[in-house]
Amino acid sequence: MTADLVVSTDRGLYCPLADIHIDPWRAVDRAIITHAHADHARPGSKTYLCTPESEPILRIRLGKDINIQTLPYNQPLLHNDIRIMLHPAGHVLGSAQVLLEPLGPHARTHRSCCISGDYKTTPDPTCTPFEPVRCEHFITESTFGLPIYRWPDPRIVFDDINAWWHNNQTRSLTSIIYTYALGKAQRLLAGLDPAIGPILVHGAIDRLLPPYRDAGVQLPPTERATADNAKASRGRAMVIAPPSAAGSPWLKKFGKHSDAFASGWMQIRGTRRRRSIDRGFVLSDHADWPGLLSAIEATGASRIGITHGVVTPLARYLREEKSLDAYPISTRFEGEVDDTPETDPATD
Amino acid sequence: MHRFTRLFIDLDATTRTSEKLTALENYFRSVPPEDGVWALTLLVGKRPRRAISHTEMRRIASERSGIPLWLIAECHDAAGDLSETLALILPESDRCSLRPLHRVFSEWLTPLRNADEPSRALLLNEAWDELDTRQRLVFHKLISGSFRVGVQRRLVVRALANITALDPAIIEHRLNAPWKPTPDDYRRILSPHEHDSDPAAPYPFFLATPIRPSANDPITDDLRWLEHHLADPSDWLAEWKWDGIRAQLIHRPSLTMLWSRGEEHITDAFPELRALGALLPDNTVLDGEIVAWSDQDRPLPFSDLQRRLNRKQRDLMLFDDIPIRFLAYDLLELEGRDLREAPTADRRARLQNICARLASEQHLGVSPTIDFASWEDLAEQRAASRARAVEGIMLKRKSAPYRSGRARGDWWKWKIDPYTIDAVLIYAQRGSGRRASLFTDYTFALWDNGELVPFTKAYSGLSDAEIREVDDFIRKHTTGRQGPIRMVEPRLVFEIGFEGLRESDRHRAGIALRFPRMLRRRTDKSPDQADTLETLRALLHHSRTD
Ligand SMILES: [Zn+2]
Repeated sequence: MTADLVVSTDRGLYCPLADIHIDPWRAVDRAIITHAHADHARPGSKTYLCTPESEPILRIRLGKDINIQTLPYNQPLLHNDIRIMLHPAGHVLGSAQVLLEPLGPHARTHRSCCISGDYKTTPDPTCTPFEPVRCEHFITESTFGLPIYRWPDPRIVFDDINAWWHNNQTRSLTSIIYTYALGKAQRLLAGLDPAIGPILVHGAIDRLLPPYRDAGVQLPPTERATADNAKASRGRAMVIAPPSAAGSPWLKKFGKHSDAFASGWMQIRGTRRRRSIDRGFVLSDHADWPGLLSAIEATGASRIGITHGVVTPLARYLREEKSLDAYPISTRFEGEVDDTPETDPATD
Repeated sequence: MHRFTRLFIDLDATTRTSEKLTALENYFRSVPPEDGVWALTLLVGKRPRRAISHTEMRRIASERSGIPLWLIAECHDAAGDLSETLALILPESDRCSLRPLHRVFSEWLTPLRNADEPSRALLLNEAWDELDTRQRLVFHKLISGSFRVGVQRRLVVRALANITALDPAIIEHRLNAPWKPTPDDYRRILSPHEHDSDPAAPYPFFLATPIRPSANDPITDDLRWLEHHLADPSDWLAEWKWDGIRAQLIHRPSLTMLWSRGEEHITDAFPELRALGALLPDNTVLDGEIVAWSDQDRPLPFSDLQRRLNRKQRDLMLFDDIPIRFLAYDLLELEGRDLREAPTADRRARLQNICARLASEQHLGVSPTIDFASWEDLAEQRAASRARAVEGIMLKRKSAPYRSGRARGDWWKWKIDPYTIDAVLIYAQRGSGRRASLFTDYTFALWDNGELVPFTKAYSGLSDAEIREVDDFIRKHTTGRQGPIRMVEPRLVFEIGFEGLRESDRHRAGIALRFPRMLRRRTDKSPDQADTLETLRALLHHSRTD
C-alpha cells in the first residue's frame, strides 16, 4: 500500500512529510506558489517558493518585502527526503506545476505527486509552454471540465480581435476589451497588431507589464490610459482593462466605444449575453476539455485529484469512462479567475 | 447554410440595432431567392415545427460523441441551451457546409420529419458530417422547433425596404399578403416596382394614439391638452370610437376579403360582409369597424361580436341572433387608385359618396362625424359615450394622409374610462326557464373594512361552459342555505362591467349599478385582491363630476 504524499487540508494542499503547503489559502510557514493569481497566491506566509519569473509578480501582488526563494523550471530541490521540481504549466508567466517525489525511506510508502496549478495546453507566446509530467498522483484543475469547452485556435481568435478593432475604427468607436489583469491581458497585448492604432492599458494592467518585458516577452508599445491620451486617441485606440472597469466612470474618457470580453466563458452564448457586451472572444488561459484529458493521460497517473472548477463531473467521468481512481477535492476558491473580482486596487 | 449561419451569428453577436440592420441588408443583398425566402420565413414567418425530440437528439449525439448522457445533462445545465450544447460536444469537423438553405429544408428537415427512428439517426449523422459547429447550432434549432433570433419584424422590413429603395409600408403590405417559401413569392416581395403588391393583402393599418399618452404629461386636464396640442378644433374631424373589430374590407373583381388589424383573414366569420363586396366598385378598400348592431340601431357589447369570431362551426341561429354592421370610416383605395396620400377630408367625402348609394344596405354604414364647435362642446358630447355604447371619441386631422402603424400626431383617441370592478361571488340562485337546473343568478360583494358587502346581482355575460363550471363550484362549496339562496365560499372573483351608477337607499352598499354584467372570471386574482366598496364610491363621485 502506498499513501498520498499530498493531502487536502483546511489550509489547502499539504505535503506532511515535507511540511510544505501548495497554494495555501491561509498563512503557513512554507508555501509553494504555482502562480500569482489571487486564488492561488495568498498573503501572510513566512516563506514562499516560486519560479524566478513569478517572483516580481508575486512581490507586486503580495508585498515587496515577502520572503521568497526561487527555483527555476526543471531543477531539483531537496527538502526532508522529498524532491521538489517545478515544471512549466503554460498558464501565465512563471506558472508552474509542482512535482513532489518521495526519496529514501518514503519512496516505497508514498506516491509521487504533481500539482498542476492552473494550466493550458494551447500555445501562448508570453509564457513557457506546458510540459506533461510523469507521476503517480496528479492533482489537476478543472475550471473548464466539461466537453462543451473546446478552444478555437488562438490565432483565429486574434485575427477576429484585430478585425474587430479595425472595424470599430471605421465607425469611430474606441475598442475596449475587458480581461483578467495578470496573464490574459499580456497574452492579448502580444496578439494585437500595433499597426492598427494606439494601445492603452488600465493602471491595474500597466503595473504588471514590467515583469513581462523584463523577462523578454515581446509586447507592443503601450501607454497607461490617461484623460489626455484617451481623448487624443478616441475612435482609434484599443483599451485593455480589467472586468471591474466595466460600467465605471473610468470609461467616460474614451468617448463612444464598443466593448468586448475575452475569456473561456465566452464560449457559451448565454454567458456572453448576460454580460451585455458587444462581443465575446473565446480566449482562455485554462485547459479545455480535450486539454484536460490529454494532460491527465500524459502523466500516466492512476490516482487523480480534481480541484478548482467542475470537480464532480470530471471525477465521475474519469472513474467511469477511464477507470482511474479519481476523486473531487473541495477548494475555498471556486470558479475561474476570470470571474473573480479583480483584487488589484484600481489605481487609475 | 453558411450564409444563413453567418447571419444568425451576426444577429446574435450584437445588441445594436444598426449592426443588426447591416447584417440583414448584407444577407438579403447577396442571397439567391430560393434561399432568401426561407430565411424570410424563419425571421418573420412561422418557425418550423419540431422534427425530432430533444431526447432522441441527445441519445444520437451521445452515441456519436461517446459522451455519456449524464455528462450531456451536466453540459446542458452549464450552457442552458440544448442545441448549443450538442453543437459544442460533437466531434469537431473542419468542414463548412455550402449546402443552400432551401436544400437543408428539402433534403434534411422534411425527410427527418417523415423518417422512422433508424433513418432519423442516419440523417442526423449525415448532417453532422457536413456541418461545422456554428452550423450545427443553427441546424439543431431548426430541427428541434426552437429557432428564435433576436430581431424584430420591423427591422427585417426596414432592411428589405433599404435594399429595394421602397417605403417600408410597401414591404409590410407585401409581407401581409399570403406567401409561400417559393422564389417567385420572394421576388415579388422584393420587387423594386411599387405596384407589384399582392392584391389581396391589407394596407398597413393606421393606429390612433391616446390623448395625454404619458402619465407624467405636465398637462393633466384633457381640455387643456387638446387646446395645447390639437389647437384649432376646425382642423379636426371627430367620430365615435366603436367597440368592435378594426378591419379592412377589400373588394377585387374576383374576391372580397376582410382583414382584422392583427392581419388575420376573417372573411369566413362574416359572410354578410363578403356579400357587401359585390356592391362596391371593383378594387375598393374600406377601413372601418365591425360592430355587433342591435335592431334599436345601436351597438351591442363587444362580447356578442366575439362569440361570432370564436364560433368554430358556423351556427346559423347565432348569425341571426347577432346582426353585425361594417361602419366604414376611411377609403384607402377606390377603383384601383391608392388614396392614402390624399387628405383625410377628401377621402371622407369620397367615402360618403360611395356609401350614400348603399344607404339601404343594413350591413354597411358610414361612421358618422360629430359636429362640434369647441373642445368643450366635444367634451360634453363625449360624456354621452356610454349612453351610445361607444368607447369615446376619435380625432383625425383633416389635412393628414393615411399613415401606417402608430405614427403619432394625426390620429388621436379620447376614450372614456370603462366602468369595471372586481368582485367576489358570495350567493347564488337557480335560473329560470331553460337554465332552471343551474345556478345562474349570482350576488357579488366588495370589501369594506375587512368584510365582504354584497352590492350587486348579475346574470349575464358567461358562456354555457363557464356557467356549468361555476354551477359545479357552487354545488361543491355551499356553506349555507336561505330559502332558494345558497351561500357560497367566497373564492371566485369576477370582473363586473356596468353602464352607470347612482346612490340608492334600497341597496345595502348604498349604490345601484346600471346594467351590471359579468365581463369575465378573474382566475388570476384571489378573493383578497378584489376591489373595495371605497373604489365604487370613488367611481360614483367621479360620475357626478364628469
Ligand atoms: Zn490562474
